[in-house]
Amino acid sequence: MDRIPILKLRDLLLVTIQVDMHDRLAMQLQDELTARISETSARGVLIDISSLDIVDSFIGRMIANIAAMARVLDAQTVVVGMQPAVAITLVELGLTLPGVRTALNVDRGMALLELSSDQTAAARERDVDVSD
Amino acid sequence: MSVAPDSALARILKTYEAELLEDWMREQMTTFSRTSKIKESDLRSQSAEFLSLLQQATQTGNPSDVTAPAFGRVRDMLGDMSRSRSISMKRPLFARIQKELSNDVAGLATTTWTATELLDKLGLITTETYQKNREQIIARQQQELLELSTPVVKLWDGILALPMIGTLDSARTQVVMESLLQRIVETGAEIAIIDITGVPTVDTLTAQHLIKTVTAARLMGADCIISGIRPQIAQTIVHLGVDLSTVTTKATLADAFRRALEMTGQRDKVSRARS
Amino acid sequence: MELRSAADVVAVRQLVRTWAVEAGFSLIDQTKIVTAASELARNTIDYGGGGVARLELLTEGARRGLRVAFEDHGPGIPDVEKALTDHYTTGNGLGLGLGGARRLVNEFDISSRPGEGTRVVITRWK
Repeated sequence: MDRIPILKLRDLLLVTIQVDMHDRLAMQLQDELTARISETSARGVLIDISSLDIVDSFIGRMIANIAAMARVLDAQTVVVGMQPAVAITLVELGLTLPGVRTALNVDRGMALLELSSDQTAAARERDVDVSD
Repeated sequence: MSVAPDSALARILKTYEAELLEDWMREQMTTFSRTSKIKESDLRSQSAEFLSLLQQATQTGNPSDVTAPAFGRVRDMLGDMSRSRSISMKRPLFARIQKELSNDVAGLATTTWTATELLDKLGLITTETYQKNREQIIARQQQELLELSTPVVKLWDGILALPMIGTLDSARTQVVMESLLQRIVETGAEIAIIDITGVPTVDTLTAQHLIKTVTAARLMGADCIISGIRPQIAQTIVHLGVDLSTVTTKATLADAFRRALEMTGQRDKVSRARS
Repeated sequence: MELRSAADVVAVRQLVRTWAVEAGFSLIDQTKIVTAASELARNTIDYGGGGVARLELLTEGARRGLRVAFEDHGPGIPDVEKALTDHYTTGNGLGLGLGGARRLVNEFDISSRPGEGTRVVITRWK
C-alpha cells in the first residue's frame, strides 16, 4: 500500500500530494500527520498540491480536517501550489477552505509560516507585559 | 442527356474566350469598379485565368458536376474571388450563347440552363470558401486583439497589473481572467492589480467573473486589488447586488500600486527585524 | 463502467478527462466536468453502494458536448431538493457535493427514489 511521505523541514512538516487519494490513504495521512506534529512539536504544516489537477470535495474535506487537527496541536497549515484551473473550479464548486492559508509555492508558504509565528511571538510578548 | 448542348457550351467558351473576357471585364468594371480594391490589370489577369480554366474544364468535364477533378483548378481559383464576380459572368456568357444558338431554340435553352447551373454551383463554392476564409481571419484577428488589449504587466517584483480596456463581455472576461491566473503562477506574483479604468460599463456576469477571479487568486495564494472603478460602475455593481466587501479596491492604479508595495514591503520589513 | 471501489473513482476521472479532451474542451472546462464526475462517482460508491457510469460524446450541429450518467440501486436520496440546496461546506459530514457539481456543468438531471436508487446525468458543452 502506498504511503504519502512526510518531510521534516526544521520545525515544519511538508506533505506533497501526488497520487489520487482515497478514503484509506486519506485517513492514514491524517493519523500520521497528527502523530508527527506532536512528536516534533512542529508549528507548521505545508501541503503541496501542485501536482493535483483535480481537487474535489473529498480532498477539500481532508485538507480542512488536517488544518483543524493541526490547529488543535498549535500548528498552522498552509496549502501551496494550487493550479489555476483547480482554483477556478473550487470557486464554482463553492468550496472554501476555512482555516487554511494558501501560498503560491513552498518558499512562500514557509515565509508565510515564519511571518505568522513572528506575529504570534510578538503577541505573546505583549500579553506577558500586560499581565505583569 | 444529348451530347450537343454540353459541347455547345464548351465550344462557345473555347471559340469566344477572348470576346467573353472583354465582355466580362466590362461587366465587372461597371459593377465593381467603385467598390473593388483590385487593380484593373490584376482583375484582368485573374478573369482571364478563370475563364481559361473554366473553358478547359468544360472540354473534359461534365458541367453539371463541379466537384469532379476536371474542375479542380477552377475551384481553387474561386477561393480568391467573391461570389458576385463569378456570377457577373452570366450576362456576357448568356449573350454569347444567345448569339451562337439563335437558330436552335431547344439547344439555346438547354445550354443556357447548363451554363447558369454551372455558374451557380461555382458561385456557391465561392461563398463557402470565402466565408470560411473570412471566419478564419476574423477568429485570428480576435485572438490577436484579445492578446493585445489585455497585456499582463509586471509592475514590480511580485506585483502584476492587468489594465483592461474596452467593454468587457462575459466570454472575453473569462478568457482574460484565466490567463491572469496562469501568469500569476508563472511569475510567482503575490499581488495582481486589475485596473478597469478603461472599461465604460460592467454587467452582472462580468462583475461576477471579476469576483470569482479574485477569489480564485486568493485560493491560490495571491491577492488581488481592483482599481479604477468609476462611479457609474460602482453604482451598477451595487445595483446588481454584487458583493465587493471582501475585495480590496482602490480608485487609481497608482493607489493600488502603492498599496501593493505596502502589502509586499510589510513582509520585507518583518524579515529584516528578525535577522 | 463499473463503480465499485475507490480506485474506480480514479478510473472515472481519467476516462472523463480523456473524453473531455476528445470533445475539445478547454483545460478549465475539462477540470470542471472531471471534478463534477469525481463528486458523483464518490457518491455512487459511498452512498449508493456502487453502480455504473456511462459516458457519451454529443454533437448538436456545431456544438460538441460530453454527457456522463451515474446510476446506482442504493438507498436513494429522500429529499433531493434539500440535498441540492444544502450549502456545501468542508467538514460537513453529509458532503453530497451535489449542489456544487451542478454549478460545474451546463445540464444537470437527477432522479432518485428511496429504496430504488439514484440517477444523475451531467452534461457539459464546449
